[in-house]
Amino acid sequence: MRGATILKATEDKTRPLNKHTLMAFVGEAGDTVQFAEYISANIALYSMRNSTQLPPYEVSSFVRTTLAKALRSKNPYTVNLLLGGFDTRTEKPELYWIDYLASSAPVPYAAHGYAQYYCLSILDKHHHPDIDLEKGLELLRMCTDELKRRLPFDFKGVIVKVVDKEGIREVEWEEGKQMYAP
Amino acid sequence: MSRRYDSRTTIFSPEGRLYQVEYALEAISHAGTALGILATDGIVLAAERKVTSKLLEQDTSAEKLYILNDNMICAVAGMTADANILINFARTNAQKYLLTYNADIPCEQLVRRVCDLKQGYTQHGGLRPFGVSFIYAGYDPQRQFQLYQSNPSGNYGGWKATSVGANNASAQSLLKQDYNEECSLKEACELAVKVLSKTMDSTKLSSEKIEFATVGRTKSGTVYHHLWTAEEIDALLREHGLAKKEGEGVEESGRPGEAV
Repeated sequence: MRGATILKATEDKTRPLNKHTLMAFVGEAGDTVQFAEYISANIALYSMRNSTQLPPYEVSSFVRTTLAKALRSKNPYTVNLLLGGFDTRTEKPELYWIDYLASSAPVPYAAHGYAQYYCLSILDKHHHPDIDLEKGLELLRMCTDELKRRLPFDFKGVIVKVVDKEGIREVEWEEGKQMYAP
Repeated sequence: MSRRYDSRTTIFSPEGRLYQVEYALEAISHAGTALGILATDGIVLAAERKVTSKLLEQDTSAEKLYILNDNMICAVAGMTADANILINFARTNAQKYLLTYNADIPCEQLVRRVCDLKQGYTQHGGLRPFGVSFIYAGYDPQRQFQLYQSNPSGNYGGWKATSVGANNASAQSLLKQDYNEECSLKEACELAVKVLSKTMDSTKLSSEKIEFATVGRTKSGTVYHHLWTAEEIDALLREHGLAKKEGEGVEESGRPGEAV
């Protein structure tokens, strides 16, 4: 109807699932929110029924199972996901890369969508297994700078959230200086 | 007097009782004793088997102890045929959870699912309740080793040491007396055979009359469960001087189909 049009530049494409798990999603417009709400409702139901939080690995398995079932039905979800969580038992942060074909993999860093073509190469070069949160945010800054520099369309900025043992929180993300491709 | 109220499970008597549930509990109190003891490094389940015969194949017919899941086992007191239905249900549910969440079902959740089914038969009419009490032993990372007991009404509770079946009151008081919270699995096994030897009718025990199982963790931290072989049970009985001497026969008792 409209062609490629910006409807909203500040849409939050994440959903908290429980105290220590956050899900980010991209994909088909209607599917994404529908799927995210379904997952978050079911994880909330689990927390209520069992008065315990499902750990990130179990959440990722549940998401994967749900996607895999939908994929083999008449109406599959076209949604790609990143799942960040903090396992309070092992005291370790975890990140899961999940795509619409219901592949799931624990990874040290990940990206979906057009941005991954720029971000993954930067992360490949600069990520180390033992970096702390501060260094992680620095890497993210390098990624967003590169997006500003290289994306062939207008970059509207990012929403940044952190998951750690305290829970989920949004981080103030200063819009950096204008970047120009060389 | 009670005839008007005990033919249906759904109907309260004027005194506010559910007779069919009470009859089921009564049936279980004649069944062979089963007990469970929680230790710091594991759990032991022990049970008296009622159907003993020279002709009975020993190692192919577990009568009272069953594996539910990788992290859970249970002991049965009551009607074995009813128990089989519930055990099958529990196993299926444990596997469904594994399929969805890729992790073993937390112990209490599995107990609750079985108890929800049991409860249904005390309310939806025309059918009798399950004539089975269970003792469940399991491990999950959240709450470590756990011991539960459930009965035909669908109630369940967590215990440190508990027993069901014949003489369960005296078994319970023996456990209360001698239970030590800091006990090891080995000490718990010793307590289990001692309690069984006192509550069972026969004076000398043997592997033909009891079943034994343990849940524990290996050095690497993985959960194991183990249904003991006849040799292992006899070795334990000998160690504690409770074994039957060579040459004494087994007194035959019980018949298939009754509460065991």
